[in-house]
Amino acid sequence: MIRRAGLISFVMLLLAVPLFPSFYLTMGSYIGLYSIVAIGLVLLTGVTGLTSFGQAAFMGLGAYTSAVLTTQFSWSPWLTLLIALALTIIIAFILGAITLRMGGHYLPLATIAWGISLYFLFGTIPILGGSNGIVDINALQLFGIELRDEHIYYYLIWGVCLVALWISNNLLDSREGRAVRALKGGVSMVEAFGASGLRLKNIIFIYSAVLACLAGWLYAHMQRFVNPSPFGLNQGIEFLFMITIGGAFSLWGAITGAAVITLLKTVLQGILPKLISQSGNFEIIVFGIMIVVVLQWMRGGIWAFVEKLLPSKPDRPIGNSPELAMRIQPERGSKLLRVDDVTKAYGGLMAVKNMSFEVSTGEIVGLIGPNGAGKSTMFNLISGELPRTQGNIHFGAHAISGLHPSHIARLGLSRTFQHVRLIPGMTTLENVMIGAYLRTHDGIFSACLRLNRGSDERVRAEAAKQLRRVGLEESMFVPAGTLSLGKQRVVEIARALCADPLLLLLDEPAAGLRYLEKKELAALLSDLRSEGLSVLIVEHDMEFLMNLVDRFVVMEFGEKLAEGMPHEIRSNPAVLEAYLGGI
Amino acid sequence: MAERLLTVRELNVCYGKVEALYGASLTVDRGTIVSVIGPNGAGKSTLLNALMGVLPSRGSVEFCGNDMGNVSIESRVAQGLCLVPETRELFSQMSVEDNLELGAFTRYRRGDKGIRKSLDTVFTLFPRLEQRRSQFAGSLSGGERQMLALGRALMSQPTLLMLDEPSLGLAPLIVKEILHTISDLRSTGVSILLIEQNARAALQISDYGYVLENGEIALEGPSSELADNPRVIESYLGIGGGEEKG
Amino acid sequence: MDFQTILILAQDAITNSAIYALLALALILVFGVTRVIFVAQGEFVSYGALTLASLQTGVMPGTVWLLLILAFIAACMETARLLVSGARHKLPGALATILAPPLAIAALVKICTPLHLHLGWQLILTMLIVIPLGPLIYRVAFRPLADATVLVLLIAAVAVHFVLVGLGLLFFGAEGVRTPPFSDAQFTFANLNVSGQSLCVYATTIVFVAIMAWFFNKTLYGKALRAVAFNRNGARLVGITPHLAGTFSFALASAIGCLSGLLIGPITTLYYDSGFLIGLKGFVGAIVGGMASYPIAAAGALMVGFSESFSSFWLSGYKDVVVFTMIIPVLLWRSLTTAHYEEEE
Repeated sequence: MIRRAGLISFVMLLLAVPLFPSFYLTMGSYIGLYSIVAIGLVLLTGVTGLTSFGQAAFMGLGAYTSAVLTTQFSWSPWLTLLIALALTIIIAFILGAITLRMGGHYLPLATIAWGISLYFLFGTIPILGGSNGIVDINALQLFGIELRDEHIYYYLIWGVCLVALWISNNLLDSREGRAVRALKGGVSMVEAFGASGLRLKNIIFIYSAVLACLAGWLYAHMQRFVNPSPFGLNQGIEFLFMITIGGAFSLWGAITGAAVITLLKTVLQGILPKLISQSGNFEIIVFGIMIVVVLQWMRGGIWAFVEKLLPSKPDRPIGNSPELAMRIQPERGSKLLRVDDVTKAYGGLMAVKNMSFEVSTGEIVGLIGPNGAGKSTMFNLISGELPRTQGNIHFGAHAISGLHPSHIARLGLSRTFQHVRLIPGMTTLENVMIGAYLRTHDGIFSACLRLNRGSDERVRAEAAKQLRRVGLEESMFVPAGTLSLGKQRVVEIARALCADPLLLLLDEPAAGLRYLEKKELAALLSDLRSEGLSVLIVEHDMEFLMNLVDRFVVMEFGEKLAEGMPHEIRSNPAVLEAYLGGI
Repeated sequence: MAERLLTVRELNVCYGKVEALYGASLTVDRGTIVSVIGPNGAGKSTLLNALMGVLPSRGSVEFCGNDMGNVSIESRVAQGLCLVPETRELFSQMSVEDNLELGAFTRYRRGDKGIRKSLDTVFTLFPRLEQRRSQFAGSLSGGERQMLALGRALMSQPTLLMLDEPSLGLAPLIVKEILHTISDLRSTGVSILLIEQNARAALQISDYGYVLENGEIALEGPSSELADNPRVIESYLGIGGGEEKG
Repeated sequence: MDFQTILILAQDAITNSAIYALLALALILVFGVTRVIFVAQGEFVSYGALTLASLQTGVMPGTVWLLLILAFIAACMETARLLVSGARHKLPGALATILAPPLAIAALVKICTPLHLHLGWQLILTMLIVIPLGPLIYRVAFRPLADATVLVLLIAAVAVHFVLVGLGLLFFGAEGVRTPPFSDAQFTFANLNVSGQSLCVYATTIVFVAIMAWFFNKTLYGKALRAVAFNRNGARLVGITPHLAGTFSFALASAIGCLSGLLIGPITTLYYDSGFLIGLKGFVGAIVGGMASYPIAAAGALMVGFSESFSSFWLSGYKDVVVFTMIIPVLLWRSLTTAHYEEEE
């Protein structure tokens, strides 16, 4: 209720600004423009964990493209908008493709360089008017009406800004958006469920660049002249400051930050030079100090405080949507996974040596062995995380050795992680929904425009179903990070089930669980088997598996030590020796 | 009675993604080897990391009569506590000799002149390290890396050496060699807290043992008694099943 | 373009490259030890030259005030930290180590400024003022963020850059300066004029690199710093305090920055904001070295120096564009040669 009231008063405030003197109107327009850029940067920085100092440069690209083409060639600003956007997408794509494969700090460094280069280009290329810039840019025309009036333009800017806000919000609450939010937890988790981390990162970078370009285009036709100075590196840095102060983890933080920095800058630019009796942009000293203080004391920015004061969002109940389509499980007993003479060498060290074994449909196989025996390496060879040195792995009829993890996931293999990889800030339900990434196919555009409503509700219902299945229904709406380690491991299993797998790969699911939790987990897995699912468990704990699995494969020193039914393994002297060791 | 070196009371670790520890209490006397055995995920590494200050914990840790509550890792090292973690944490792009010298960093800061001599001692203990003294640590084999990690720890002349699975991933012959070396260290006055999955071996070289299960100390006793205790073997392998356990 | 021009451009290029290489060295070290991408490193270059210029004119440089303010804030932070952790008895000692050197330096500058000392003494005074700024900035801005991500540290570094540039304008005004050369000598080799100052740049760079090489390879403290850069956890386990290593790496960064400023001050006019661009060019070198390799970074610095020098001849207006656009192919090359995706946990 308070949230709705807040939203309404915000919109009322926006509508009321033009009633005040024109100074406030201008301020309002700038805040709107900067908010558009900052929203993109929140997605990039706060949500994806990347950053860019080049947003002002993308803004400049939008402004200059339109300025040159409309003044020199008298093209329509609407056409030049398309050209500017196309240019932006190309450049952002190239920058992203080059840097995003490497560590996260290469993108900001590349954007610093690109921002500076572009700034100098604006100032040097003759057709761009040098440091004087380009004047007499046409006003926008809509249905034959010139948008010269400041009031109308103010509404235009805020209209665009609110649409950007709506679209970004939709995007975050979609299949792709959830995968993007999961990127901060490491790329390998989202890839295990079929998403491409690189593609998602690049899409978000392009998205943020497009918003900046749009703001730049609006800026050029509002000011009706452009010069290089508002598009320099300092402005790029100020955008980053906006979201840091406003709150990088929320879209509303972008608007808060844009307002705070813009207003503060105006005030400080009035006061400081008088105070110091010297002219210059001394407000940057204040900004810099503010940022350091914010980072040290309130890393979530201003909005994190506001968020705490607001009542939490009511949990939206799970709707009664039709179920998602399910795979048809192969016939019980048919060969599902075949590992054939597989070897993995690190330099001279053989982590896995000539391993061969099979998993049939509807059976639970335990891959066991003492620590360091190569179980986890074997696991990662199957899931595709590691390339094998030799040998073949078949999944159903497909040879999967050498395939990317996301391709293997597509074929129906689903996994959990030894070191739990949940996104602590997302709810348990949302975490589980990531598992269903491949079961719906809504793209970025339908997500942005909220056309994915139906299928997203079905994913939500499916995730809720899986959580109910593993007995964590009551924790559905709490952040996953607040659960105990044992429960987090179970959430991982629910997420893997949400992918509707043929084969479930579990990496040490019982590690760190207490006795009763282990018993419950064993019961759950036994139920899954009776539903026809196949499971391969990598485990150290024999007790947990003894009464659960159909077959054991025992590894030691990277090789297969034994294979057989539980009672055979239990009395196998070589296995006992491997486990208890001795001098 | 021997002097108490380490007293841990009611140690609790509940921290996000690590295996939890519930109210663990244990003691180590000077000049003894104490082993903590238990299955994977029981919280063995968590215990050592908490003792070293790498993980935050609740409960009391007393070392040489001093409370370790608010003490940083570096100060613990300076006070004679030393951890060889499961991941070894060697400086793989530096030479074997540099790694060993850095082990004595806190002694160097105190102005200790005996570092050269300690280096020779380590080389006598592990002649293979001397042969490879100028090689990068990253180029060593698994067994040699473990020797280097042990050697680096010994360079700090620790009062209490904590070893996290020194036999992990090593071939049987090398395990034998390493464990013999550890056993011999006792005579040089170093006390050792040893974590092992290789339960039999650990109990053979240690004086006292604890069995950690599901984050709690399930059993304790002199090693010779534990080694013969059928319940240790059962619970360790899980053959006995869980129902009758209390 | 005749041979003579090429020689002159090459000489220019080598002089600048030497500076960029020094800066790249410091950037890589600071990044390795503290994970801070210290974009504000270049500000020390301006501060060095401008502080010397103030001393030359007999004016107390504003950087002294910055030194005192930072020391005061650091002292407050240290007091709070020690009181919270209940180590009250350590307070007097800690405050003395933080406050005494800056106060002594400020007093010394106050006494010496009106005396119009010989250039050599003024150089030493400048370094005394500027070098402690590095460790103090680390203490005040970065040490409380030690657990933060590279991204957060980068934003903090940019914030520090803003503060330092703004203060530079406040302290020294918008006027550019040229500081007096260390040597007025001119030498002629095969029709090529070489200034004494250029030779000073070469000599200082070589000596400095030699000292650094000795320090990092032969002394235990140097090895400890490298150890922190390679493996932070391992370093802690052998008792190396990360804060100490961070303090030292920042001291080295400010020392290298200040020295660079003093070396090129006589060759180019430096403004309060020139240092930033110079620092970024050092960055391009560091990125060529993947923020990790010193020799490749030095080669990268040479590349930057040469492309800058020759493009200023052919495409004068586009010199900076060329230098900063060059980073794209460099990154492409790095991206293609980086075999595995570097995952950040």
